[in-house]
Amino acid sequence: MPPTDLQATVTGVLDRLKDKPGALLPVLHAIQDELGYVPAAAVPLIADGLNLSRADVHGVISFYHYFRDTPTGRHVIHMCRAEACQSMNQRAVEEHAKKRLGVDFHGTTSNGAFTFEPVYCLGNCACSPAVMIDGELYGRVTAKRFDEIVAEWERR
Amino acid sequence: MATTIFVPGDAAAVSIGAEAVAHAIATTATAKGADVHIVRNGTRGMCWLEPLVEVATPAGRVAYGPVTPKDVASLYDADFLHGGAHPLRLGAVESIPYFSKQERLTFARVGLTNPVSLDDYLAHDGYKGLRRALGMSPADIVKEVTESGLRGRGGAAFPTGIKWKTVLDEPSDQKYVTCNADEGDSGTFADRMLMEGDPFVLIEGMTIAAVAVGATQGYIYLRVEYPHAHRALNAAIEAANAGGYLGADVLGSGKRFDLEVRLGAGAYICGEETSMLESLEGKRGEIRPRPPLPAVKGLFGQPTIVNNVISLASVPIILDKGAAFYKDYGVGRSRGTLTIQLGGNIKRGGLIEKAFGVTLREVLYGYGDGSSSGRPLRAVQVGGPLGAYLPESQFDTPLDYEAFAAINALVGHGGIVAFDDTVDMAAMARYAMEFCAIESCGKCTPCRIGSTRGVEVMDRVIQGVNRDLNLTLVEELCDTMLNGSLCGLGGLTPYPVQSAMRHFPQDFKR
Repeated sequence: MPPTDLQATVTGVLDRLKDKPGALLPVLHAIQDELGYVPAAAVPLIADGLNLSRADVHGVISFYHYFRDTPTGRHVIHMCRAEACQSMNQRAVEEHAKKRLGVDFHGTTSNGAFTFEPVYCLGNCACSPAVMIDGELYGRVTAKRFDEIVAEWERR
Repeated sequence: MATTIFVPGDAAAVSIGAEAVAHAIATTATAKGADVHIVRNGTRGMCWLEPLVEVATPAGRVAYGPVTPKDVASLYDADFLHGGAHPLRLGAVESIPYFSKQERLTFARVGLTNPVSLDDYLAHDGYKGLRRALGMSPADIVKEVTESGLRGRGGAAFPTGIKWKTVLDEPSDQKYVTCNADEGDSGTFADRMLMEGDPFVLIEGMTIAAVAVGATQGYIYLRVEYPHAHRALNAAIEAANAGGYLGADVLGSGKRFDLEVRLGAGAYICGEETSMLESLEGKRGEIRPRPPLPAVKGLFGQPTIVNNVISLASVPIILDKGAAFYKDYGVGRSRGTLTIQLGGNIKRGGLIEKAFGVTLREVLYGYGDGSSSGRPLRAVQVGGPLGAYLPESQFDTPLDYEAFAAINALVGHGGIVAFDDTVDMAAMARYAMEFCAIESCGKCTPCRIGSTRGVEVMDRVIQGVNRDLNLTLVEELCDTMLNGSLCGLGGLTPYPVQSAMRHFPQDFKR
């Protein structure tokens, strides 16, 4: 990304949100919503804007599973690995998904379509196993249904 | 006149096709020239019947479910717009035993109303609690909540009124009401269903809390995994502001209360109240040692109420109908209702709001109808990933805080996850340690290091390496974590581990 674009995005977000009490999480969310991740080059700009140290900002980004400092594929697949999903054969679906996508968790598929992430509960425990893609929730996901959903998202 | 059709917009219903069903109903209506008005309601909580479509007829609402898009043509052919007979016809939701046997207080409106319509909320007893509260002294509001017997529904079960009184008694120019909506416990979804299905009741509960303790700013700390709830809450807050129910002058009382939703970022530990406060302040979600309590020094160092979604959402009915009404439900020191979430390997999963005291067996078989796979139920985990695993011999335990404490288990947030007889309890015990290692905030050693070592030791147990010695090591490690951790994550991870070892020893000796 050209440095001027990054600067404009971060400055725009800071102008909008920096006066909120405890602004750092809202700022990081806004940047990640716009850019898909929080680039390392944004850290000093955020630190300056919020009067924090770079270490503070980096520490927060690295603490939270959701924030990332590298780009994703076009879509992010979050697969729930928690107990309710496990009780409904989630581990087998997980193995299948890794084969289908050709990546392990945290990986991005070679065609750039998907980044595959684990998540621990999507709040859909009566319709397990659950998967979320770019904020859209799917329940009762079998290996067959996983393939159908992924095929549909590949076309988007 | 247009016929009103309810198709849930709840995330669980959408996850199994409600969006496509709503679309099919709308497009078919257009093709047939039928005049329909589709409302995206919350879920009635019977997930096995979702997508559950309800049609408003002069004789009342008629339900059909579970509906798939390919059923829609036949529903029109059966004249479902007038409640016509169809294989999927269920009649009135209120006539379905799963629903009619419940005691819906907190969830009274969920699924019934349009979640983001203030008018609909008002038409269904909304804001009656706040109106009454505004005519009362702060001390009397707190007294009403205390006398209702309401205890924190997030899992800790601390008396809500006592927490409020501490905040009320703290002198300060700035106080806060915060709602812990970081519903990270696996097996729980009551907060999500409530926020999606009736966001105004949470807003009203927080406003009453603010009036009671003199707070002017509120935050709902919502997990980022809940985008549907995020949209519902923001729409409802906007409507409440426009209607004068939030903002500079709440209902002309001269009292200010502003409310904002803040998103978490995928850290389980932020469901612990002091971590949540750190996160709201824009920091790493590392827990704070207590004391001081958040009620004394909470958000930005000020007196702060931290309550779970269901606790706050139970307040409006307590203020509306009085402490005695609410207290009348329940048993012993567990008063009111518990919003049970039944999930995992179960035939009929969903949300069951019942007075405390119903047994696990009644929930699993009376409501749940046994396992989804058809195999025998072997274990259930109650209270999230830090809750104990219970064997069949303990299924007669009533769901109340004290009865569960007596068997070294937790009611927690009321989540129940069922497993059939294919479950490997040694694998589940290992997973509990793994989850703790992934989600530990890192502040204290027993949790941070203990969980990592716990995974390694469990791996050796599972591989059969020095098994007896390593099982003893797991016990000792659990003892250290239980007694040495700063908060419930490290402190309660031993619950699932030790209960699995205690009740299912054969799984550790394969």
